[in-house]
Amino acid sequence: MSTTTSHATQSRLGGDAPLLQLRGITKSFGAVSVLRGVDLEVRAGRVTALVGDNGAGKSTLIKGIAGIHQFDSGEYFFDGSPVHVAGPKDSAALGIEIVYQDLALCDNLDVVHNLYLGRELRKGGLLDEDTMETKARETLDGLSVRTLTSVRTHVASLSGGQRQTVAIARAVLWNSRVVVLDEPTAALGVAQTEQVLLLVRRLADRGLAVVLISHNLNDVFEVADDIAVLYLGELVAQVEVKDVTNSHVVELITTGSSSGGHGIQSSDAHPVRPTDKDAS
Amino acid sequence: MSIQTEPTSAPSPAGPPRPDDVPQPTLGASARAYLTRVRGGDVGALPAVAGLIVLVIVFSALRPSTFTNAFNFANLIQQGAPIIVIAMGLVFVLLLGEIDLSAGVAAGTSAAVMGVFLTNHGVNWLISTVICLLTGAVIGFLIGLLVARLGIPSFVVTLAWFLGLQGVTLVIIGEGGTIAFRDKTILALMNSNMPVWLGWVLWVVLMGGYAALTLRRSSSRAKAGLTHDPMALAAFKIGALAVITGAAVAYLSKERSPGTISIKGVPIEVSILVALLIGLTFLLTRTAWGRHVYAVGGNAEAARRAGINVPAVRLVCFVICSTLAAVAGILFASYDNSVSPTTGGSQTLLYAVGAAVIGGTSLFGGKGRIVDAVIGGFVIAIIANGMALLNQPSGRVYMVTGLVLLIAASVDAISRRRATATGRA
Ligand SMILES: Nc1ncnc2c1ncn2[C@@H]1O[C@H](COP(=O)(O)OP(=O)(O)OP(=O)(O)O)[C@@H](O)[C@H]1O
Ligand SMILES: [Mg+2]
Repeated sequence: MSTTTSHATQSRLGGDAPLLQLRGITKSFGAVSVLRGVDLEVRAGRVTALVGDNGAGKSTLIKGIAGIHQFDSGEYFFDGSPVHVAGPKDSAALGIEIVYQDLALCDNLDVVHNLYLGRELRKGGLLDEDTMETKARETLDGLSVRTLTSVRTHVASLSGGQRQTVAIARAVLWNSRVVVLDEPTAALGVAQTEQVLLLVRRLADRGLAVVLISHNLNDVFEVADDIAVLYLGELVAQVEVKDVTNSHVVELITTGSSSGGHGIQSSDAHPVRPTDKDAS
Repeated sequence: MSIQTEPTSAPSPAGPPRPDDVPQPTLGASARAYLTRVRGGDVGALPAVAGLIVLVIVFSALRPSTFTNAFNFANLIQQGAPIIVIAMGLVFVLLLGEIDLSAGVAAGTSAAVMGVFLTNHGVNWLISTVICLLTGAVIGFLIGLLVARLGIPSFVVTLAWFLGLQGVTLVIIGEGGTIAFRDKTILALMNSNMPVWLGWVLWVVLMGGYAALTLRRSSSRAKAGLTHDPMALAAFKIGALAVITGAAVAYLSKERSPGTISIKGVPIEVSILVALLIGLTFLLTRTAWGRHVYAVGGNAEAARRAGINVPAVRLVCFVICSTLAAVAGILFASYDNSVSPTTGGSQTLLYAVGAAVIGGTSLFGGKGRIVDAVIGGFVIAIIANGMALLNQPSGRVYMVTGLVLLIAASVDAISRRRATATGRA
């Protein structure tokens, strides 16, 4: 990413300055250009839904945010100042935590071990199991998670919702400021989806900036404050939930533009661009 | 949408829970939890321990005079020791889901290099030992580089080393030659015993230490308001271990010489095994690095995303494996009083892999303990020893050992399938 001396602009959505802001992000894998000038802003205390069709580039975008992939060009601001995120350690240091689509938990380890994986607490050079277990319990209790009876059960024996809970708890265990969730409810039933959405909402209400990737617009409308739509690698709209309807968002996701979304035009700093691809 | 007003700060602990908040499991509950684990496929060392008991009973019945005497018991430890040490190293590699087929011959090569310095150049035993261990470490480092950095499957890399290292040993020693080991200290490792009193002192120290650690752990968990094993269970574990190891020490303290020169006391190599068992178990279970080994074996991608340097963990595991093979090489040389091109060859590696797997270390990675190598190693040693006492030809010993390895691998695969089915894998 190019080093830059510019500063983050005032949020186009009004309100607080964005905690995390991306400008003109591009990324290609060989000849395939996956992200083509993405602008995104994420604010504290709000859930920002990132939606888009399969292959739109959502996962690629958050992997770039996490530092797993390097963006080819574009600017990355955190808390108003430009940052260079070269790897997962850098993003973690900023307080950005990602909950991946495939969860990435170690089945052969228990809940405590998974929560602290890679960042184990030590006392005198050795693992401090007691403190880790106590804090794990506290974190889960703090998230009002009551479905886990023992934090010493192996992750393999947990249900999908419980695994998701562990993955989310892992993200908030550290004083994280941004939590990104990649399709946290994709594999869950109705009740467990509800639980996880509640958890997502609670994170934002606690003052964290939450990015939620989801294909389920019902979920998005239930829990999100802002919606950002990614279409074939371009961020075609970022709007507040209250300004749009379900069908506008569907149209944006499928065609990259919206015919009647009155709220969308209001974000004048980022007008909806008709693209050459929506010939349909 | 339900918006709840929760504290907006980081998780706020509601104060540490008082110890009486936490329902402590009863002895019955602990037993039930264990049974559930076993039924769910988490059998651990159970089959190996059962097999050990069956084998002892069978051979004791068939050869009551020769199998059960103290002389043979010491003999058994001697035969098992190098295999167990190699198996301990293999546990690290198996935990990653990898394999090291060259561990056996690495023992031979390291010992040959040591012999050149110790015998041919008269270098003192300590420096020669360091050179031997370094040889093992370098072998492991090169294997690790190829596997972890280049990404070549460990099966292929170590197969190449298996062949190549045999060649190296041949070149060092020469066709049909041997290097004699005459250093007293090195020979004592596998051929001498501690004074009887020292065996007992060590036993008291180790058991006392184990008891103190177990009790301290329980009390610190209780203080932190966490569940801990019921006192009765802890006491039972300590007592059982004390009785079994005490019986072994007592047995080894008996006079076992048929002739006039007295032979009694715990063999020296036992202290090496115990030191490795404790040290390596500590490394795997009490340090962050050990935790990372399990994580890499369980889900390498998750480990990588958690910021763990996966290639480095892999590399170090291969270094540990080959270095322990070098330790085994010293034991082989001490036992044989020499190194030959066949040291650490033929069935050595298969016995060592067998020991780890029979003991309960999974071939699929992510599951295994150092003690598995010890338990499984004794199973292997007893089969070889008992069948030899029954005057069985080595052909049959190989067949039986191969069968036992297959059974162990099947238990591993089946328990893994069960674990997947019950959601515990
Ligand atoms: N490592 C990679 N190498 C090459 N191409 C990639 C790589 N990762 C992603 N892509 C491509 O980038 C495009 C966007 O993928 P991405 O996973 O970001 O989509 P997504 O929006 O997350 O989709 P989904 O909703 O299915 O998860 C796809 O066409 C994919 O094939
Ligand atoms: Mg995706």
